[in-house]
Amino acid sequence: MAVDRSRLPAPGAAQAVRFPAVGAHRLTSGMVLRAGRHPGPPVVHWLLLWPAGTASDPAAQPGLAALTADLLDEGTRTRSSLDLHAAVDRIGGRLGAQVGADATMVSLTTLERHAAEGLALLFEIVTEPRFAAADFDRVRELRRSRVRQMRMVPAAVAERVYLETLYPGHPYGHLGIGTDAALAQLTIDDVRRFHRAQYRLGAATLIATGPFSEAAVGDMAERALGGLPALETDAPAPDVRPDAGAPGPPPARLVLVDRPGAVQSELRIGHVAAARRTPAYPALQVLNMVLGGQFVSRLNRSLREEKGYTYGVRTAFQYRRAPGPFVMQGSVQADATVETIREVIEEMAAIGGDRPVTRPELDLARSALTRGFARSFETAGQVARGVAQVVQYDLPADEYDRFVPAVTAVDAPAVTAAAARYLQADRAVVVVVGPAAQIAPGLDALPLGSAQRVDDQESAA
Amino acid sequence: MMLDWTRQTLDNGLDVIVHEDHRCPIAAVNLWYHVGSRNESPGRTGLAHLFEHLMFEGSLHHDRNYFTPLQQAGAAVNGSTNCDRTNYWEVLPANALDLALWLESDRMGYLLPALTAAKFENQRDVVLNERRQQYENRPYGLALIALMSALFPPDHPYHWTTIGETADIRTATLEDAHAFFRAWYRPGNASLTVAGDVETERTMDAVRRHFEEIPAGPAVPPAEPREGAASPAGGVETERRLRLEDRVELPRLYLAWRTPALFGEGDAGMDLLAHVLAGGKTSRLYRALVRDRRIATDVSAAQNSRERAGWFCITATAAPGHGLPEVDEAISGQLAALAADGPGADELERGLAQVEAQFVYGLQTVGGFSGRSDQLNAYNVFTGDPGFLARDRARYRETGVDQVRYLARRLTPGRRVALSIVPAGDPRRALAGSAPAGVS
Repeated sequence: MAVDRSRLPAPGAAQAVRFPAVGAHRLTSGMVLRAGRHPGPPVVHWLLLWPAGTASDPAAQPGLAALTADLLDEGTRTRSSLDLHAAVDRIGGRLGAQVGADATMVSLTTLERHAAEGLALLFEIVTEPRFAAADFDRVRELRRSRVRQMRMVPAAVAERVYLETLYPGHPYGHLGIGTDAALAQLTIDDVRRFHRAQYRLGAATLIATGPFSEAAVGDMAERALGGLPALETDAPAPDVRPDAGAPGPPPARLVLVDRPGAVQSELRIGHVAAARRTPAYPALQVLNMVLGGQFVSRLNRSLREEKGYTYGVRTAFQYRRAPGPFVMQGSVQADATVETIREVIEEMAAIGGDRPVTRPELDLARSALTRGFARSFETAGQVARGVAQVVQYDLPADEYDRFVPAVTAVDAPAVTAAAARYLQADRAVVVVVGPAAQIAPGLDALPLGSAQRVDDQESAA
Repeated sequence: MMLDWTRQTLDNGLDVIVHEDHRCPIAAVNLWYHVGSRNESPGRTGLAHLFEHLMFEGSLHHDRNYFTPLQQAGAAVNGSTNCDRTNYWEVLPANALDLALWLESDRMGYLLPALTAAKFENQRDVVLNERRQQYENRPYGLALIALMSALFPPDHPYHWTTIGETADIRTATLEDAHAFFRAWYRPGNASLTVAGDVETERTMDAVRRHFEEIPAGPAVPPAEPREGAASPAGGVETERRLRLEDRVELPRLYLAWRTPALFGEGDAGMDLLAHVLAGGKTSRLYRALVRDRRIATDVSAAQNSRERAGWFCITATAAPGHGLPEVDEAISGQLAALAADGPGADELERGLAQVEAQFVYGLQTVGGFSGRSDQLNAYNVFTGDPGFLARDRARYRETGVDQVRYLARRLTPGRRVALSIVPAGDPRRALAGSAPAGVS
């Protein structure tokens, strides 16, 4: 009974995916709890989220939010840093702090049998950090060293310059780590002040996922919070979100950072595009899949699979609370720099213009998104991060139940309309980190105006 | 923590393992070929990895790229090559399992008629760009290449790295690729695991339907045995100091030793030793170098367990205003202390807790790199027992303080390779007496 090799087996129908029901309820401290039962291995994921991230850095202090988060694990009121880490290690815990543009997340993953102890530790870490002067000084110097090391990393330089160019003077216009000059000026008092203002339990959401019931998690959380000293938990959450209005125009369309003799050019191409809550979100997801968001996208198929210029390129709408970047990113062999830029800009224009999405492309993109959806929620950590998206962007509680129907409903005209509105090839900014002597003459021939030369050590703004 | 599995071996030699887990409606297909860069020869390096790329470009009955139908079905798809094995995997909705089996079997049985010069040349260009991006144009990116060539002699298959030498990749031919497939891509040299929301008997039937028709072909020569502990230094009998000038801001020191192979005597102990030395902020080296003396910005340690031999590496980056000799002296002092007194029981216990947690966290996913299907294949290929997990964990629990102390004594200066990577134009910042490493 040999298999029929004359054609590929058709996959079964798309299966319904049920995201775990995640209720939201307010604990006595004012904190909101969102607990999702996840019947996986005996692992629990605790995640505390505050709706303030690097965009809340004071204008003159880029890097403050991330530095503050980095200092959280340097000890608490009653535990030295070593005692704290020993306690986390003993329960096989993994502590993480992630500071994005719009949110700060501090998480602890641990084994189920240590769930309560893990949660108590997490609360202790975020409410009673030690913030000792010596630790501050050491951690700040480590971060300054990293800023300097990042000057040698093409992708890090490109990322920094891209944000600075897209968002001049705007809260989104810097990397989380900040600048060496700003870090050098920060003090321990800045950190303490920032922590007091931003890490209020009343403004936090606790997300819990694991093989437990919501009621059990609620009890565990109340007990853990009850054991804490008096906190400003019932104070109303201040609106810490910056006024992220529209950024000003980019200072240039072409920015070149010289990396003498480099064998490849690191590229960022795009512009400010869409906020996460845009109604066009499903259409933009489909559009992105076709253009550069998956392996067989137009751009990767051409630049990698036909021309061999790169190990791979991809595009993304980097949604944020306010409009975030659309970006094409990749590293291409130096002698293909100019041709690649030309092609990317052409493809950005064509998909909303003379080469709209085809029927097979549309089917492939929608199917990849809808059938692949179940994979996104296999682990407790994935489910927790899914809930975090809902909180961070004020999405409807049933966002994940809507996703598959919404993507299925995206048709070709919707993709074309989204492209016409959210892709603007004629104002795309191009950042190149590459060997200037080799590529500058070709870059001059592009219709992007003269290249702004930026040093890898300085701020572009 | 248990993994239930069923294994059958088809007449053509293919090992098939099925593991059921119905919590998420997905299936993972994971296929290992017991071939890696160790099966290459000098002058032909990089072929195993380049070949892996070609496996995605189409086969006789689906002569176009593999990503399109798999993505259409909602799959995640990838593959990887290291010195010992090559793996391919798909994670997809459970009701699309047949698609993955169809494609995996087609490229196992019918690849060569579809493997053309045009595909070969395209993927060779892609791999050269992969090498540029991941190694040549990345700070410290050539470290691994320099370390392997110094730790292992030229006739040892770990002497070269899996990405291969640029000149070899450039001169590789389509005929090399065809010969490589014929030599190694045999059902008897492969292990297939299907895990997830699947039913064992039906899955076994489906696998048989797709793979049974593939002929066994000539037997593949057995892998060279694990190198024993007879020569603990593995041929590194005197210290070798190397330096590499690179586009970096801060100098970095790599100290490397030959150590036991994967699952060999002392392998788990070396892993625990790495945790004691540099596993997190309570570790000895982090405290001494980064926290207390502030002479380094980071430090890490790892036992790299490979099938035939292992190697241990400590890496530290000098903080601004400090030099590699100072960093070296501090590391050596900590190693000497551990060799003299061994770790404390509490240190070992913390290391063990971290290892235990890694086992659990690693088994959260059914597919992908290091998910359950990958782990079952690893155990099957390297030990012959998919159920080796229990033994794997036990060997850590059975490692005592005395054994870790004994292992620390093997990490002596006389048996190490010391690689300094320093900012270009500043070779004097390397350890004294370092010779230029000839890598590019």
